[in-house]
Amino acid sequence: MSFSLGFSFKKEVALDGIFDFVSIGGGPAGYNAGLYAKRKGLRTLVIAPKKGGQLLNTSSVDNYLGTIELSGEALSERFLEHLEHTDVEVLGDLHVTSITKHDLFELTLEDGRVIKARTILLAMGSHPRQLGVKGEAEFANAGVAYCAICDAPLYKNKNVIIAGGGNSAVEAAIDVAKIAKHVTIVHRSTFRADQILLDKLNQATNVTIHLQTQILEIRGDDRMRNVLVLDKAFNSERSIEADGLFIEIGNLPNSDLVKGLVETNDRGEIVVNGKQATSLEGAFAAGDVTDAPYKQIIIAAAQGATAALAANEYLNTH
Amino acid sequence: MEKMITKDIEKQVKDLFKGLVNPVRIVLFTQDHAVCETCEPTEQLLGEVVELSDKLSMQISPLDSELAKQYDVTLAPAFVLLDHNGEYHRVKFNGIPAGHEFTSFLTALMEMSGAVEDLPEALLDRLAKIDKPVNIKVFVTLMCPHCPGAVQKAHKLAMLNKNITGEMIEAQTFYELSESYRVSGVPKIVINETHELVGNQPIERFLDLIESI
Repeated sequence: MSFSLGFSFKKEVALDGIFDFVSIGGGPAGYNAGLYAKRKGLRTLVIAPKKGGQLLNTSSVDNYLGTIELSGEALSERFLEHLEHTDVEVLGDLHVTSITKHDLFELTLEDGRVIKARTILLAMGSHPRQLGVKGEAEFANAGVAYCAICDAPLYKNKNVIIAGGGNSAVEAAIDVAKIAKHVTIVHRSTFRADQILLDKLNQATNVTIHLQTQILEIRGDDRMRNVLVLDKAFNSERSIEADGLFIEIGNLPNSDLVKGLVETNDRGEIVVNGKQATSLEGAFAAGDVTDAPYKQIIIAAAQGATAALAANEYLNTH
Repeated sequence: MEKMITKDIEKQVKDLFKGLVNPVRIVLFTQDHAVCETCEPTEQLLGEVVELSDKLSMQISPLDSELAKQYDVTLAPAFVLLDHNGEYHRVKFNGIPAGHEFTSFLTALMEMSGAVEDLPEALLDRLAKIDKPVNIKVFVTLMCPHCPGAVQKAHKLAMLNKNITGEMIEAQTFYELSESYRVSGVPKIVINETHELVGNQPIERFLDLIESI
């Protein structure tokens, strides 16, 4: 057995005065923006309610240029190390509860403190989407799970269903298959996952795949026992027995904080232009909270860089 | 034997330990390697941490000892923290505090030493009124980034009220126990055996539930 050690501590950060650039979000977008802004000489702060963001829920990252099979957490630690090396201030484990703008932006933290900033970056990321079927709430934490990396060890020698067909679902299936007795992937349409992941999935001998199959209901007694599915090809319903259901069907933007403050689309994503500017002057957005069509670590990071450079340009001209 | 704490982590932990106020003693309970696969690595990890500050010390005791009974320890590996007066504040860990739980472990050491972050007055008032025995179990896995938050809150509540016990339980090591508590997602918080909270919740939710019992 080998054990890695994780770290996350609150550091004292001076919040008085006015910041040039404050990132709300400590995922790849917020981190990279912090790095670029600091290097431009801006007084910079990164507020990270969860240091690393969704990287922490990613078991393995193989598609970030320069990293060959690194855990999401390890990549997040490298990012943070880079920020510390560049003296970027990171305020961890605190949420922003409100944002207003007069001449300056005022960000209120959950502990009541207020941060003043000339420009801000909205990089709050996203959270797992729910299936929205009967039984999902009832069996949450009684078999229904949304964090494969957290909960996979609890399903040793058990039968698990994974809902979804994207990269995160297939990665979850590959990981869980190493622990569980059997894994069944249920997805309502066809795979969207990368071929390289599907090839890996096909090597597992304990995985069954049901595409064009929709989950209608999660059923059980004191815990989840099976799911009722609709096989779309034959238009027939049947039940699949399982001890657990991991739901990996994509994400929804964490944009509640800025509803009404900046323009969002019908999916709740913040609308940005080519410079990552939002509809509100001085407010930029980057990463999974935006209307970027592809949600990827490298894209979020690149958007963060663009946003910081654009914010710097904005500060120079205003 | 290869060290579990790398040079890099050692430096960070040493920095953190500069903030230790009073001495803290760890009492670790173990069993024979044949029945306890993670006892040895736990002993090694805790030993390496204790080495990093002269304010820390460790004592090791078998699971079937009187001392284990005294602290109501029934699993191995498990450990409790004692303050500088040798007093037990009902802060317990069942299982190795590796992975994300390393953070919970270090936080508990800091707080037990007196480096405590104050809670808002209103919460302290509510907490002071709890006069029935309360046991808080937090089931975790080492890969779970949301778990240390829940563990730290359970331990903090225990330190602040003598009726409350807070314990971390590593679900993979104590798989059968976790099954009996029907743990299917972590963190899972079980209060007085029957009341449950799902996920890392604010301290207010802990108190709401405790008050409702």
